[in-house]
Amino acid sequence: MEFFQKRCDIVINRQLSDTVYDIWLRCPEIYRMAKPGQFVNIAVPGFFLRRPISICEAAEERLRLVFEVRGAGTKALSQITDNIDIIAPLGNRGFEVDKYKSAVLVGGGIGTPPLKFAQNKLEKSAAVLGFRSKENVIMADEFRNVTICTDDGSYLNYSGHHGNISEPLEKLLASGEYEAVFACGPKPMLKAVVNLAEKYNTPCEVSLEERMACGVGACLGCACKTVKDGSEIYSHVCKDGPVFDGKAVIL
Amino acid sequence: MSKFLETRFLGVNFKNPVIAASGTYGYGREYESIIPLETLGGISVKGTTLYERQGNIPPRISETTSGMLNSVGLQNPGIDTFINREIPFLKTKDIVIVANIAGSTVDEYAEVVSKLDSTDVDIIEVNISCPNVKAGGASFGTDPKIAGAVTRAVRAATTKPIMLKLTPNVTSITEIAKAVEAEGADGISLINTLLGMRIDIKTRRPVLHNNVGGLSGPAVFPVAVRMVWECARAVKIPICGMGGIATAEDAVEMMMAGASTIQVGAAIFADAYAPKKIIDGLEEYCIREGIGNISEIVGAVKPH
Repeated sequence: MEFFQKRCDIVINRQLSDTVYDIWLRCPEIYRMAKPGQFVNIAVPGFFLRRPISICEAAEERLRLVFEVRGAGTKALSQITDNIDIIAPLGNRGFEVDKYKSAVLVGGGIGTPPLKFAQNKLEKSAAVLGFRSKENVIMADEFRNVTICTDDGSYLNYSGHHGNISEPLEKLLASGEYEAVFACGPKPMLKAVVNLAEKYNTPCEVSLEERMACGVGACLGCACKTVKDGSEIYSHVCKDGPVFDGKAVIL
Repeated sequence: MSKFLETRFLGVNFKNPVIAASGTYGYGREYESIIPLETLGGISVKGTTLYERQGNIPPRISETTSGMLNSVGLQNPGIDTFINREIPFLKTKDIVIVANIAGSTVDEYAEVVSKLDSTDVDIIEVNISCPNVKAGGASFGTDPKIAGAVTRAVRAATTKPIMLKLTPNVTSITEIAKAVEAEGADGISLINTLLGMRIDIKTRRPVLHNNVGGLSGPAVFPVAVRMVWECARAVKIPICGMGGIATAEDAVEMMMAGASTIQVGAAIFADAYAPKKIIDGLEEYCIREGIGNISEIVGAVKPH
């Protein structure tokens, strides 16, 4: 794994919803190395540990990070406008965009951003994105063939669906038009995605999240349960993922 | 190599007194993309047990004010894999190799250490903060008799220098330090993490799945300085000081308290360049203060 620790200028910091921010960083050394699914570990002044945030896009000497304010640390991060110190790109296994030409992208809430990076590298894709309500919807117009699912059915334009991601995803899988499924979001959603992909015998990759310290495989904090050679072991999100084969993870 | 920082500790030559702390630097490969491993004086590798351990159920990490809690639970591939897979890599580097080991019984400690006796590790650091399975799970390091028994067993199992890593979760750390010194420890390292806890007030659940975990980071630094100072007055064997060191000034302070070498741990997570900045800062300190070698400040505190 090759990565850097660098201070990068913030080129844009804009708000996408009440709690979601969209930051573009200038990092000419790093952007070219970044692969879909990888993440950056960001130092936030006043907080001891870095915040791991997935890479949403990498182009034109920039990295784009879309993140949600969850607590005081991400709140402070959202207020920074000059520059931030990052370690990037991190993660040894991302979405396998070189292996497949087409995929269904399934995002749950703030799990959506890294799928944009995957979409940029795929010839063909459809997206099924789930949110609680229309106020939480982000990046809807940035995806091809998108279905926006809201739990309360409040997002009801042409691409809206009342309910979770399962029904639209199943239709796409049944169509047989897509080679794989890439998913990122809460664990119950990932579980449903893995089960549906298995039903339609479609390869499925899921991006996981866990509380993390180093981000480089040194501290072994971000353990996640996986299956290797038939037995359950603890792998690590930062070093072995963050994207895993859906069949190999225990959610 | 800097003449200001060359250090001899437990009979081993270090190019500088800065060691990456066990559990924060993996096996040395992990941060090579940012800092060449050979920048450091030494590396204390991830704690190793006789057999592979899977570690604790996540979450294993929680942030705290000026620090963090961890309950990794000694996840490691076991001593044989360490010897076969990691030592060959480490010995290609010009760096002191400190093998950090742990066990669940006195016999396990002795067996792990005997397996290391004929390897290329330079120093064995014995973590006695883990639960003693045969004595109800209390940590080996909280009872001077048991800490002494572990020391006796590992002393008999190797001729390599041994350094007992002490837990701060005791009433009197000097009693433990004296007990391990009496049983033949070549040195001591301290402090291991302080037991702590955080609760998510929304869910009323502890943040760590293990409920409690070890506190490290700048939050523990003054506790570490105090304990190193107390131990330095209680024993004659040299001390490797650690606990919350994040800057060169912290390192100087720890050495003045009585540490001959120091370890940097959690600070690396915040800034991967922390060990390098500390090494550079120590050299600048020597030049600025007209000190020929950093060892001159060890124990230099002048108590009131």
